[in-house]
Amino acid sequence: MKKLSWLAPVSILIFVLVTLVFLSPLVFSEDSTWFIKKRLNLGLDLKGGTQTVLTVNTTGMSEKDAKEAVDGNMRIIRSRIDQFGVAEPVIQRSGENDILVQLPGVKNPRAAADLLTKSAELVFKLVVSGEDAQRFVDQVDGILQSNLSSFPELAKLEAEYREIDKKESKMPKQDVAEDNPNIADTEETEEAEEREYVSDGSSGVFKSLLTDIQGDFAVRFDDYELMLNLLNSKEFQNIKPKGYDLVLNNVDEDMRKAKAPVVLYVLKSTAEVMGTDLDSASMEIGSSGSHDPRMAGKPFISLSFTTKGARKFANVTGDNIKERLAIVVDNTVYSAPVIQDRIGEGKATITGQFTMDEARSLAILLNNKSLSAPIEVKSSNQVSATLGADSVKSGLMAGLIGIIAVVIFMLIYYKLSGLLANIALVFNVGFILAMLTAFGGTLTMPGIAGIILTIGMAVDANVLIFERIREELEAGKNPRSAADAGFKRATITIWDANLTTLIAAFVLYQFGTGPVRGFALTLTIGIVSSIFTAIVFVRWLMDKTLLSRNREKLSI
Amino acid sequence: MRLFHNSNLAFVQHRKVFYIISVILLLVSLAGVIVKGLNWSTDFKGGVSTIVNLKAKDPSVEPLHIDQLRKVINDAGFKDTEIQFIGSREDCTFQIKMGGEDDQAIKEQLLKVLNKDLADYTKNRDMDDEVIQEFNTVGARAGMEMRNKAVMAVGIALVLMVIYVGIRFEFTFGLMAILALFHDVFIIVGVFAWSGKEITMTIIAALLAIVGYSINDTIVIFDRIREDLKIYRKDDIPTIFNRSINATLSRTVITAGTTLLTSLALYFFGGPVIHDFALAMSLGILFGTYSSIFVASNLVLDAIKGTKRERRAVKQMTKKS
Repeated sequence: MKKLSWLAPVSILIFVLVTLVFLSPLVFSEDSTWFIKKRLNLGLDLKGGTQTVLTVNTTGMSEKDAKEAVDGNMRIIRSRIDQFGVAEPVIQRSGENDILVQLPGVKNPRAAADLLTKSAELVFKLVVSGEDAQRFVDQVDGILQSNLSSFPELAKLEAEYREIDKKESKMPKQDVAEDNPNIADTEETEEAEEREYVSDGSSGVFKSLLTDIQGDFAVRFDDYELMLNLLNSKEFQNIKPKGYDLVLNNVDEDMRKAKAPVVLYVLKSTAEVMGTDLDSASMEIGSSGSHDPRMAGKPFISLSFTTKGARKFANVTGDNIKERLAIVVDNTVYSAPVIQDRIGEGKATITGQFTMDEARSLAILLNNKSLSAPIEVKSSNQVSATLGADSVKSGLMAGLIGIIAVVIFMLIYYKLSGLLANIALVFNVGFILAMLTAFGGTLTMPGIAGIILTIGMAVDANVLIFERIREELEAGKNPRSAADAGFKRATITIWDANLTTLIAAFVLYQFGTGPVRGFALTLTIGIVSSIFTAIVFVRWLMDKTLLSRNREKLSI
Repeated sequence: MRLFHNSNLAFVQHRKVFYIISVILLLVSLAGVIVKGLNWSTDFKGGVSTIVNLKAKDPSVEPLHIDQLRKVINDAGFKDTEIQFIGSREDCTFQIKMGGEDDQAIKEQLLKVLNKDLADYTKNRDMDDEVIQEFNTVGARAGMEMRNKAVMAVGIALVLMVIYVGIRFEFTFGLMAILALFHDVFIIVGVFAWSGKEITMTIIAALLAIVGYSINDTIVIFDRIREDLKIYRKDDIPTIFNRSINATLSRTVITAGTTLLTSLALYFFGGPVIHDFALAMSLGILFGTYSSIFVASNLVLDAIKGTKRERRAVKQMTKKS
């Protein structure tokens, strides 16, 4: 101890600081935690949500194809979930062919599960442009405006606009309506342009979300999710005028980075050609010398149709020359090329706006025949938010009662030394929570159980030491040398005993999934920190307080 | 205050009695596993398992009787159903297990049945949140995989511990410690067999935690034996063993006590989700402590006493490190 006299206080200081820093978000409100952004995540079993393990059937595939198939499926699932608008989804590979998907707090687990396993739906639809499109958008805008109560998000926006209008009307101002007659019609495509709302009745909150890209409607990137949720909502589908659809363009990685506006197409509702008309799809890369800038050196998907499909495709293209035909997958437009000529040979290409990976996964998805890797649900686990909240409450209750019981016992049995152990115990629990926060771990119900058990087991190291010191005192040693001998001897025991427990926790972590892992993790952190607190923390405290104050007697 | 101050209880001398107790416990457990079988949860055998709360919003409605629910569920034509209470009766929370794989179809049908036939209990409540609290599906293949994985995990943990204890102490000590662990785990499995409680993934986690806890206890005693072998070189082995068990007795009991306090707190206040887990833990602490004090060291003693192993073991453990 003597030569390490500086090491103990320094490591204790670090230990305490780390604990306090990472726990601060629990205590302070969000704004004051400028220095630490991480928060303790609650597991799905505590906040409610769905955890699904999907397995990709790759029997008969080469290793490379199998990997590709799993990767492709993961990408597709991710993009679907992004469209579904779930906050903080977890999508990760688990094992060879399994994909673990966690969707926290999903209100409608059935729809979510559907999302994961349904196969991609490809349709070709004609794009409506010009006055027809404008009329449809006006119509939608009008309907939404008179039904704002069913669309809380839009209603909120409307309220915000009114707020702004009120402020502006107080200022000596020019007529807003005249300045900006109709956003969607103007040629201004500046992304930075602020949303404006014209309250003269001709234009509602829906149209305020739209801008214009080369004659097409578009949505600012920041409004993309809002629009997506709106278009996908049942309420919207119910009141939307029939005949036409509104479909957003695919958002790829580059667009996400650039926060580029997303085109909103008006499409005819009837599908001209469908996925079942497709014979095969494959990803190809355009030759760099290609005349078409959308193909040069870029990935595209080449499609070939069945005989029936080829005929349908020939008819559609022949009847609609100079029109645009949108290629829609999973209700997302991938491209909408202008039909230059009747395409009779039953082949087509999908170009543009995706990365190599996306093109590949789209091809896998479309190519039903080569998609010999169907996804099936291996297990799914849904916990309601109500049950989760109850679990948190009872977990806290049990923890509190457990810790109080142990603290009281230690105080009675070991007096002032017990008090030191109790201080260490509180830091122990704090440290587990702090480490879970720091490593971005999640707190699950078994995790809480792990912490509570650790409370009982954490004092074990102290008990070992204190019992030993008592023995040494009885053998006639003075407090200081009894403490030295006690700590020294017990340290060996503590290491041996806890390393074996660590083995169990380690194995548990390796084999366990989800909640069980949480248990193993808290147990592991708990063991490590209890070793540290007992051997270093309590010893230092005892040195500084009990041993230096009274040299004749030790309160133990 | 001191527990077991300078105790000198005859643990080693009466070891035959403890062996008999342990063997009886193990036989009872074995009988349970054979006669009643183990109630593997859907985690391990596949199927659908759901927790539904059917406490009516209207306080004038009588609490739902389990037989009534059973009738409704069976009439609806669900296959291989098992229904049991979770938590207190007044709370009307039930676990329903069903066979089959198409969870979407099963959930749709369940919702329909609950809405129609048990309308009194589901009226004005959020079906996806308040009524259906948990809905788990596991494919049959995934279940088998899980079971294999669980058995393997326990096996790996045990082997690693034998190796560790073998290196730090001596091989016989490692082996007997594992035998004692097996004893603890098997008795709890027996309790679960006789009571028909479900063996879930969390219960397996509890069993592994018990393995960790019980070995911890055993090693503290082994550690003392190792130390005493160096100090009391003239005493015979049984005397040394008995003295070591007595010397560590208060620590063993206190640690078991504080851990038991927390695991009982979990049992009584931790809520229905963690109830069985806490039960397994509490039992594990009791039997783990029992086996550490009464069984593990005695087994070592009988394995090495009077053989060549004895001298070798003593030599390995007393060499200067």
